[in-house]
Amino acid sequence: MNSIALTIDGRPVKAAPGTTVLEAAATLGINIPTLCYLKDVNELGSCRICMVDVKGARTLQAACVTPVAEGMEVATSTPRTLRARRTNLELILSDHPQECLTCIRNQNCELQALAEAMGLRESPYEGKMSCHPEDWSTPSLARNPAKCVLCRRCVSVCQKVQGVHAIQTMERGFDTVVAPAFHLPLGEVACVLCGQCSLVCPTGAIHERSQVEEVWAALADPGRHVVVQTAPATRVSLGEEFGMVPGSIVTGKLVAALRRLGFDRVFDTDFTADLTIMEEGYELIRRLKEGGALPLFTSCSPGWIKFVEHFYPKLLPNLSTCKSPQQMFGALAKTYYADKAGIPPDRVYVVSIMPCTAKKFEAVRPEMNVGGTRDVDAVLTTRELGRMLREAGVDFAALPEEDYDRPFGISTGAAAIFGATGGVMEAALRTAYEVVTGKALGNLNIETVRGLEGIKEVSIDLDGLTLKAAVAHGLGNARRLVELVARGETDYHFIEIMCCPGGCIGGGGQSIPTDAEIRQRRMDAIYTVDERMTIRKSHENPAVLTLYEEFLGEPLGLRSHELLHTHYQPRSLYPGRRESK
Amino acid sequence: MSQSACCQGAALSEILTDDQRNALDAIIAEHRNSPADLISVLHEAQELVGYLPQEVQVRVAEGLGVPISEVYGVVTFYSLFATRPRGKFKISLCNGTACYVRGAPRVLDRLERELGVKPGDTSADGLFSLDVVRCLGACGLGPVMTVNADVHARLKPDRLGGLLDGYRRTEGQ
Repeated sequence: MNSIALTIDGRPVKAAPGTTVLEAAATLGINIPTLCYLKDVNELGSCRICMVDVKGARTLQAACVTPVAEGMEVATSTPRTLRARRTNLELILSDHPQECLTCIRNQNCELQALAEAMGLRESPYEGKMSCHPEDWSTPSLARNPAKCVLCRRCVSVCQKVQGVHAIQTMERGFDTVVAPAFHLPLGEVACVLCGQCSLVCPTGAIHERSQVEEVWAALADPGRHVVVQTAPATRVSLGEEFGMVPGSIVTGKLVAALRRLGFDRVFDTDFTADLTIMEEGYELIRRLKEGGALPLFTSCSPGWIKFVEHFYPKLLPNLSTCKSPQQMFGALAKTYYADKAGIPPDRVYVVSIMPCTAKKFEAVRPEMNVGGTRDVDAVLTTRELGRMLREAGVDFAALPEEDYDRPFGISTGAAAIFGATGGVMEAALRTAYEVVTGKALGNLNIETVRGLEGIKEVSIDLDGLTLKAAVAHGLGNARRLVELVARGETDYHFIEIMCCPGGCIGGGGQSIPTDAEIRQRRMDAIYTVDERMTIRKSHENPAVLTLYEEFLGEPLGLRSHELLHTHYQPRSLYPGRRESK
Repeated sequence: MSQSACCQGAALSEILTDDQRNALDAIIAEHRNSPADLISVLHEAQELVGYLPQEVQVRVAEGLGVPISEVYGVVTFYSLFATRPRGKFKISLCNGTACYVRGAPRVLDRLERELGVKPGDTSADGLFSLDVVRCLGACGLGPVMTVNADVHARLKPDRLGGLLDGYRRTEGQ
């Protein structure tokens, strides 16, 4: 491939054809400011912040969409470009509420950061402000279009990455607004609540629906016994809320931090991840041996579940009936644990720390309860926990490493990797192989299901039966795989789907920013967590074995059926329709 | 359009007649699973029904395999598409630069008062709908408006009442 020679700010640089001026400048250490740009997802040049001067061009050019050309001479910081950027930013701010101090994205806002970097000291343009109602129709996400800068990142990620198309730019000109069809609230359209939009929003126009206040209230209530569970992916991202490098493993500090906040017991979702492997593994074996819908799809990811309910209701019988680890935890906390600890179940309040906004929706699904008591009472995203800890003045970096409480704090490496795409599959295969064949698996690392490839395949020999499996992450990839399955063109037995790109480490409730490099670092960290665990196979988790002995009996037994398994419902694809076609 | 569009109900009420529904399905059938045909299908559907109610948009989305959010995005982007019933007489007032400087805002003011509607709306009697458009290509004759296919030039606010009455009379006959 021939490289293209150009100069940027007088410095020569070579770049591959198709490289943008923005990318070429970055290789020289010149970071041209951007707002709407999101690498590989949203490259529209719509915000006009990244303007540069290209010699010979009639007007200033948007660096994010201008490809390099041979002999091109680019100037990035001339009086003309700086003035243009500033004017464009001032115009954007002229229709943006000046509420930074009380905004959920205060100090983590790209618009605010730009205004600071460009040294804006006044808003010279006064005029009409666009007026659109806020949308609090879902338990997971809230929209405030008044804060929208129309960068379209959310639209791009929802369409191109997730293939859900819940939102789109509506109307035109000054009336333009990003909204669901017919300006309906998000809760009334086919949105899966994955929150990828909230992860890429540069401002506070779409964000997680915070439950911090509810959790503070529960912690302050002496009548409550408040237990907390932490999802696998949160231990490799929470550090970012406190300026630590992406991929920092903060498991011990996370536990210590939760104790400082006053939780009565700090438990681990990893424990019920191990339990999920037992239940789902036996479900797979049963379907293979006794018949049942195949392929079996994993059911840990609530965004994926809602996606199937809206878009592929015919495949509902293929979903594992296992509740997600979050819900299994809640169900057991209010039965087995409450009983063991001698606490009335109605006093137990279960909080989850999740990388996920869809988990908030999952927790309030009416079927997610035991005898009328909700499994999980409040779900905090990684971002919300970060805020709580900052509010409480916890010096996170200085915290000691502490251990989870028992018995629900005991887990394995297999559970930790639930946080990354391919992890549930790898954990399941580690167990399935040993349970079915009775032989020990030599190398526990099943590399073919790891990594950020959109769709991965693996087959494993289980004493004569070749188990064929596939893995997809991000709903766009999931849809491609599901289409093949729906057309009957595959012979997979088992398929793992995680709703978000990269799996839960890239979840919609994770720290902002989350980009490809950060996802990779968190993923690497997850596998390090696995390597460091003494036990790395779910079926060897002693606490899980005890749980079966003392309480559940056997996988897929009567109690499991009652507490750990659930059902699904078709949902409408079109507003007003009862269910999809 | 945006303010009142928020108020559309969530329920997908079925308002098409059986004949309309059959005709619409025939149009859609010709373009089944052809997302690129969206605009022309919407156009034909509007010719058929007079406007594009939610029911029509959903049927088009389903038939062409286009997400409903995208259908609605297209419908609300192009001013030729209407999401509410149009009047028997469709008034398009030009507010392009030439018409603007020659007094289109005063004409608009008077039209709004005479008809009791805002741009994008239809009068209570169902006779007139009012839209503000950009250049109609008759800048030398501004302010200009069209009522269906009729062009009215050099408009003066005081003469609008009589002009509208003329249309009301044709309706009465």
